[in-house]
Amino acid sequence: MVNFALQAKEDQHPDGSAAPGSDAPVQLAVNKLEIRYGGMVALSGVSLDIRQNEIFGIIGPANSGKTSFLNAINRMDMMRSNMTVTGDIHFNGVDIRQWRNVYALRRQIGVVFPLPVGLPMTIYDNVALAPRLSGKNLSRQALDDLVERCLRRAALWDEVKDRLNSLGSLLSGGQQQRLTIARALSQEPKMLMLDEFSIAVDPVTTMRIEDVLKELRQEMTIILVTNLVQQAQRLAHRTAFFLNGECVEIGETEALFSGQVKDSRTQDYIEGKFG
Amino acid sequence: MSGQHTDAALAENAGDSLDANWYIDKLFQGVMFVCGISAVLFVLGIFAFVFAEGAEFVIKTINWSQFLLSPRWAPTSDYNPTYGILALIAGTASITVLAMAVAVPFSLGAAIFIAEFAKGRTREVLKILIELLAAIPSVVWGFIGLAIMNPWIIETFDVPIGLNVLNCGLILGLMAAPIITSIAEDALKAVPDTYREASEALGASRWQTTARVVLPAAKNGLLAAVLLGVGRGFGETMAVLMASGHSINLPSSVFDSVRALTATIAAELGETAVGSEHYQALFTIGIFLFTITFIINMTADWIIRGSKKG
Repeated sequence: MVNFALQAKEDQHPDGSAAPGSDAPVQLAVNKLEIRYGGMVALSGVSLDIRQNEIFGIIGPANSGKTSFLNAINRMDMMRSNMTVTGDIHFNGVDIRQWRNVYALRRQIGVVFPLPVGLPMTIYDNVALAPRLSGKNLSRQALDDLVERCLRRAALWDEVKDRLNSLGSLLSGGQQQRLTIARALSQEPKMLMLDEFSIAVDPVTTMRIEDVLKELRQEMTIILVTNLVQQAQRLAHRTAFFLNGECVEIGETEALFSGQVKDSRTQDYIEGKFG
Repeated sequence: MSGQHTDAALAENAGDSLDANWYIDKLFQGVMFVCGISAVLFVLGIFAFVFAEGAEFVIKTINWSQFLLSPRWAPTSDYNPTYGILALIAGTASITVLAMAVAVPFSLGAAIFIAEFAKGRTREVLKILIELLAAIPSVVWGFIGLAIMNPWIIETFDVPIGLNVLNCGLILGLMAAPIITSIAEDALKAVPDTYREASEALGASRWQTTARVVLPAAKNGLLAAVLLGVGRGFGETMAVLMASGHSINLPSSVFDSVRALTATIAAELGETAVGSEHYQALFTIGIFLFTITFIINMTADWIIRGSKKG
């Protein structure tokens, strides 16, 4: 019981703000989503609502359909000829299939990939790329400010401020991952999706990025796909458990981790009995 | 001696024995070294041979200013044989420049379409067709220049002769295009897909991704593709011989007939006496071609190194 009390304390968010209640506006509504690659079903029957300004965790072992889920949300299925998506996904109340300009949709949804992808250009250009392409035509000063703001929010500014013109791909793995976060923030997205961002990052950097995410969720909705059960426990308000293409369970993170689960597989996965 | 013997025995005892795998490894390292070094030997051998044949002319006979600056190539003249290759250089250069002006935009566009935009069947069919185009023998291209392009140019532009810079440049451009396309496409394919995904996830359109991320990342490979095309234009002989008109001329328009360096060697070498002045002059042209190719390749190498550092 002492143990339980400790855990409950840890679960409280350091930023002090409460989790968005069940009456908070819905950012992303997914209904009966099914994803197939050719004849193989990668994910089926997923229905869930993600609320504005919450951190929504998705846990599950490899091949459970977590990454496919993210790819469906920002329409990356268009880049893969054999990927078919059925069911509804509403972003801010609009069916993403009805978006005529898919690029405009993607500008509102930032993505961070498992392995950091430093594009082959300078640190500055990595962050400034998306604003430049979006046709906003920012002045040099405005762009400088934007780059600094994004790098600061990604906790990278102090390490790179003196070498903004060196190649982004020369940074260390952890720095590159923070660079990709800064890049994802450069369009001021409404939602940020992170796909196992800590896979190639050392524990200290992981904790720094986690602190960054706690700050960011004041301004945006965050979907955190992770293979680290404890990471979901530390960060997510609610957590979904995916297994073999099925959404086994969705619940308040605190409840799931204190044993209030509906499905024994969730309990087994959280306790590390498999996966 | 006995000390060494004891050391070997000690090594054997510790499990440090030279087994079959160790010897096979050494053997194949040696074989691969010979294969690798052979390229260097062949290049040096060819250069030595070409230079030896032309050496006497280069060292004794040659009048450099006349050789490089005179447009008069009259090796068979009885009273005043002259060896000026300016017209030949102008011929080769004008054909190559026109060919590249035709081939580079088309082939880079084709490569970008195949690598970035085409999907599934379209891509496969296009790739096969382009490889097929690259496999057409140069004498067939020459024949097309002679039999199809020649009357077409005469009729369309109302000029007296259709075997000229225009004809030859177009033919050479069509010949170089599949090679440039296929190498440029390889260069684009070598850009990791993660770059494209990262860029598109930021909301960049397919074209923005291509122009701002993929092309800069592939620029070394694309440059190599273009330079290989230049090399192809420079070195091509048979099609050039058939389509250029093969007449010594400093071209003032694309409708002038010209003669190329390579075609001159091909057409004349068989008719000269081995070791004669004319024979040596042709080999000197060979040395000249060799040097130019060497400079082009070194420049490409230098540019690529430079861009890697930046």
